Amino acid sequence: MGSINTSDFKKGLKVQLDGDPYLMVECNFVKPGKGQALYKCRLKHLIRGTTIDRTWKSGDSIESADVEEISAQYLYRQGDKFVFMDNESYEQYELTADQVGDTWKYVKESMVCSMVLYNSNPITVTPPNHVVLKIEYCEPGARGNTANNVTKPCKVETGAEFQCPVFVNIGDLIKIDTRTGEYLERAKE
Amino acid sequence: MFFQGRGFLEVETPILSTDTVVDRHIDPFSLQVGPTGGKKQTLWLQTSPEFAMKRLLAAGAEAIYQVSRVFRQEEQGSLHNPEFTLVEWYCRGDDFHTGMKLTSDLCETLLDRGPAELLSYAEAFQYYVGLDPHRAHLETLIAAARQCDSRPPESMAKEDRDGWLDWLLTERVQVHLGVDRPVLLYDFPASQAALAQIRPGEPPLAERFELYVSGWELANGYHELLDAGELRRRNARANELRRGDGKAALPEESRLLAAMERGLPPAVGCALGFDRLVMLAAGAKSIDEVIAFPWDRA
Repeated sequence: MGSINTSDFKKGLKVQLDGDPYLMVECNFVKPGKGQALYKCRLKHLIRGTTIDRTWKSGDSIESADVEEISAQYLYRQGDKFVFMDNESYEQYELTADQVGDTWKYVKESMVCSMVLYNSNPITVTPPNHVVLKIEYCEPGARGNTANNVTKPCKVETGAEFQCPVFVNIGDLIKIDTRTGEYLERAKE
Repeated sequence: MFFQGRGFLEVETPILSTDTVVDRHIDPFSLQVGPTGGKKQTLWLQTSPEFAMKRLLAAGAEAIYQVSRVFRQEEQGSLHNPEFTLVEWYCRGDDFHTGMKLTSDLCETLLDRGPAELLSYAEAFQYYVGLDPHRAHLETLIAAARQCDSRPPESMAKEDRDGWLDWLLTERVQVHLGVDRPVLLYDFPASQAALAQIRPGEPPLAERFELYVSGWELANGYHELLDAGELRRRNARANELRRGDGKAALPEESRLLAAMERGLPPAVGCALGFDRLVMLAAGAKSIDEVIAFPWDRA
């Protein structure tokens, strides 16, 4: 893509190191005594999520990474592949179950998600913070002593299971926080 | 006031000068001055009042100090701002240890953390890195540098001995210095002498000291170099290194050299970073907490 000089280093920069995409999460300028200026940075691998520390001399350059964030609509699932579509370009992207990660629990048809592309290839997909899902199956009411059973497992339309309050029933719409996997409340639609 | 009580005279010298320091790693700001359409002259913003104050020593001054604004072309950082303030002093006739004692006394008065502990560069490296910085082979330094928690920059030149020593000082030594009590690190490698005298010996050592408090470099002092010929040689060497780094060479002649030729009296001088001092006193974590408008908002 392009070269970035140390003078332009800052938090949020997306760079390429050893062929992998990284996000610069921290960057500190240091200069010992009468020595040369250095930039000590912390970077996060955009796919693996691991962090590394690297230092550059003032005046060094590194490759910027072709990383783009787009809105993509979930279309359907075919076996192990999840298909999304860029709402603006109509380009379709296929992600494996590995790449999709936990997001599979929350996506239903035509849901718009946030997708990160690296060199035009999808690397991660994130659902909106809250999603509304329909309960397909759960045990009716409470089982046994209500004082102990405050929640029960409920299977939703995506096939995922969430712990919900005992008063919910099959057919109910529930709102889930996708960042924690927690039940928030019942929803109207 | 500390200096007045010791018989120092406060002086004020120009911030703009035709003189500038010639150092590999210091980049001064310059101005083109002259009438519109006419002949221009290059003037430099001072990186330290050193040159002017030494000229005063040559002219007869005995003990002088100054608090002044200095400028260095570099990035902003938690301890750096391109425009900052130095407290700088010179005392004719002081020897290396007297100069260090004065620095320690000033630090004690200002920060109340006790007198500074003396630690030589060699002792510091022996203790914290496990090698002799003056005698170790380049390969030993490089191996030690690679053992640090963070990787040295890829672009670090293999033969840059001072570069490796600086890296080890920053990564393995500095963070330990001045934690409980301030530390005066002294007797630097001859190659890092800057404007300090080199004391002959096995190995020769630069009579240079640095004051560290809580892991930060607070002050830098020299038993001043008096030999004009030696300064010219160092300037030429610094320019050679600058050109190698792709930087512009700086003027090697100066009014200071002319004064040194006429005779500079033996003296010790020291410069202390005032902003960092205030940071320590105030418990600030970043220099922009103690500057009204840091560089990016000036």
